Amino acid sequence: MAKKNISRRKFLVRGGLGTAGVLAVGTYLFRNPLRRKILEQVDSGEARYLGGGMEPMLWFEITKVNKVILHSPKVEMGQGTFTGLAQMAADELEVGMNQISVVHAASMSGNMDKFATGGSNSISGLWQPLRELAATMREMLKLEAGKKSGFPVDEMTVANGEVNLGRTTMTYAEIAENVTDWEVPDAPGLKSLDAYKFVGKPIPRVDLNAKVFGEPIFGLDAQMPDMLYGAVVRPTKIGAKYVSANTSKADAMPGVVKVILEDDFVGVIADSFTAAERAKEAIEVTWEVSQSWQTSDIREMTKVGKGDAFVLQKEGEDLSTEDGLIQMEFTSPLGAHAQLEPNGVVAAVDGDSVTLKLSTQVVALTRKEVAKRLNIDEENVNVIPTFLGGGFGRRLHTPHAVQAAVMSKAVGKPVKYFFSRKEEFQHDLFRPPTHHQLKAKLTDDGHIAYLQHDFSSGDVAIDAAMVPGFLHTVLGTDVGAIRGGFCHYGAIPNLRTVSWHVELPFATSWWRSLGLLANTFAWESFMDELAVRAGKNPVAFRLAHIQDDEKGKRLKAVIQAAADKAGYQDQAVNGRAMGFAASTDAGTPCAQVAQVSIESNEIIVHKVTCAMDPGIAVNPDQVRAQCEGAITMGMSATLYEKMDVVDGELTPTIYGPYRMALMKHAPKEIDVVLLQGMDKPGAVGEPPLGPIGAAIANAVFRLTGNRLTDLPLTLV
Amino acid sequence: MKISFVLNNEPTTVDIADGTTPLLWVIRDTLNLKGTKFGCGKAACGACTLHIDGVAIRSCSYPASFVEGKTIVTIEGLGTAKNPHPVQQAWLEEIVPQCGYCQPGFMMATAALLHQNPKPTDEDIDQNITNVCRCATYYRMRKAIHRAAELTPEKEATSDTQNS
Ligand code: FES
Ligand code: FES
Repeated sequence: MAKKNISRRKFLVRGGLGTAGVLAVGTYLFRNPLRRKILEQVDSGEARYLGGGMEPMLWFEITKVNKVILHSPKVEMGQGTFTGLAQMAADELEVGMNQISVVHAASMSGNMDKFATGGSNSISGLWQPLRELAATMREMLKLEAGKKSGFPVDEMTVANGEVNLGRTTMTYAEIAENVTDWEVPDAPGLKSLDAYKFVGKPIPRVDLNAKVFGEPIFGLDAQMPDMLYGAVVRPTKIGAKYVSANTSKADAMPGVVKVILEDDFVGVIADSFTAAERAKEAIEVTWEVSQSWQTSDIREMTKVGKGDAFVLQKEGEDLSTEDGLIQMEFTSPLGAHAQLEPNGVVAAVDGDSVTLKLSTQVVALTRKEVAKRLNIDEENVNVIPTFLGGGFGRRLHTPHAVQAAVMSKAVGKPVKYFFSRKEEFQHDLFRPPTHHQLKAKLTDDGHIAYLQHDFSSGDVAIDAAMVPGFLHTVLGTDVGAIRGGFCHYGAIPNLRTVSWHVELPFATSWWRSLGLLANTFAWESFMDELAVRAGKNPVAFRLAHIQDDEKGKRLKAVIQAAADKAGYQDQAVNGRAMGFAASTDAGTPCAQVAQVSIESNEIIVHKVTCAMDPGIAVNPDQVRAQCEGAITMGMSATLYEKMDVVDGELTPTIYGPYRMALMKHAPKEIDVVLLQGMDKPGAVGEPPLGPIGAAIANAVFRLTGNRLTDLPLTLV
Repeated sequence: MKISFVLNNEPTTVDIADGTTPLLWVIRDTLNLKGTKFGCGKAACGACTLHIDGVAIRSCSYPASFVEGKTIVTIEGLGTAKNPHPVQQAWLEEIVPQCGYCQPGFMMATAALLHQNPKPTDEDIDQNITNVCRCATYYRMRKAIHRAAELTPEKEATSDTQNS
């Protein structure tokens, strides 16, 4: 058999924009086919893998002790992707879970994701290609076994990393030994779902031991021989421009190796973290600040009507000038990522090449930026991703890698550099503040005749280094801010959704689920209000506005399942009330019921019931874990979190004053029901953040009769 | 200056330039034990929690010189994969970690709590476990803390029987 040309192989070649199955985006957009396709993709969450690595050999390493190491181009930030990928690969490769481990693929390995890890699409995007790669690798091993043994390939059976050759067996390690020129067959057919031993099962996380026994797996744990520590002086004021620096004190401090003045930053390199930090504090920098911003300025800028408008959905008539319109406004504040591991990196420049170890969601972008700054080939930059101590979108841009590389070059040694917590808070790429205006008209029999949602947000995807600029020119809108902005109730005859985009004086960006949290808070609080005005049960009211297609069926199913499982009741009982909300994000419908009471003027969330349909749950335990985490993180944003701007400074700058949910606040019960309304895996990590805000607010309404319309929810 | 203490059962001496350096950096950088994490440096998150003479301490805000003559246990000394501490065993059973970065601090805080209070109520847990987990794994952590409380006496009972 001739060796096939790998580039012609059929798996993994899925370029272009593709088409989504169900069109959720209104007909308005259909006028521009390119817009339509991109927005459909954003809305449907249809995933595709945008990586390198067509050859199975780049993905699977077979060790001498007959174990398989999967080199993952997707990073592990807690979302459980490594485990799901290992399950998918192990099933097709015919190895046990104890025979497979997963590591991050370095950029030089040739198996680099060209885009990012994010958007809840790692498992869904790799579902087809990874299983095909694994199945192909298994067939490659059989072909080699045939060559080495003479045994007919079609009579071989495979199990537990061994090929059965009639009377004898060969391990994968024995087969792979000394093979340099693999014969690569076309991707074989995949097994049926019920033949899988691991996919669909609650397998313990593959990184569980490392994380329970404190192994040094994170970016901040990375080190290199002879390493020094760097620090970079950062301004505390918004919009501060560097003018000059007096470094004489720092130069003379113990442990300081060098202070460097670049065009765009001042850095200090010392022999310990503490020495570098103290020297940094001793550098006197003059900054130029043109305006002293306040929270009220930011709120004012973010009002609907202030920025550029883009109509997302336009169905039927515009009834916004009719009498009897119901109108409400909602807001959400600036939010911080507050991931536990600060951003950091170790960089080593050696002549014309650079090695970097760091927690990043964007290996390719980091490589590109470092190469550009040092004026070297991208191929000479090796980005080695580590486990991330939280991602949440914060590491979709990691330009501190560039600063570390510059510092390393300046001293000729590896340099490790990371953010202080204050710098994390002040130089976060925040979740933007939002403002929402909702209008509706009800028919006499309590059906929505007209619904309009205008929402305004600072940048999410616009200006993000990761997203090509042309996308926004094509779209005219921010693909991130609009997440959750589409109305998912398809049986409303007259509908408008409009996104407004504003430029804020500081960077805002991706925060787990992007616009979903705020948009759904507004939508679903308003739906609740409409149900009350219509005199309907909120669950029945929602069901009555869902269309009868495939997508509608899945949404109805999660709404019904959440209501049933929680035993949803519209009335408060014994000081406890239930709030209901639902969202559809990246193609995954999710409904939640929050059980809430008010004690000593505090909102207490006792229990959350969550029904979600992510399609096939590759690892149901980890899907549940993502729901539990997203619900609690969303609850934290709903009740506690906000950043303020005071006299030009972003504040607070430390946990505690930046209030977040702690153990004492977290719901004591979280009940997750998983449905499977499609025959492939869908998005998991972000969709369950959607409903929680409105579910809590709607419960508070049932307790107090007041509808709280601003996040974080504050009782008056 | 020279500082001597017992670290994970080993007598240890370090020689550092500045005794006010937070213990965290001596553990992480001088002694190269990376399981104790840096999260905030201001005693506000608990990622750096370890035990000094059996008490949970936030090592980012504890001057290294104060540890002279004391006994330190870090996550590396709490238990091993072969011989996990009951808290670690419970964490494994409940599959608690997500990103994992906060988890050593939580396990150290929990081990110290169980040492003082072998059967904590939900309220005890709420009041004593005040670390931050951004992945918000609190729901599983609570289950794991109760599970660890169950495991603790059982283990002691078994070893007692074996010894007798
Ligand atoms: S690093 Fe010590 S409490 Fe946060
Ligand atoms: S597991 Fe990620 S911060 Fe706790």
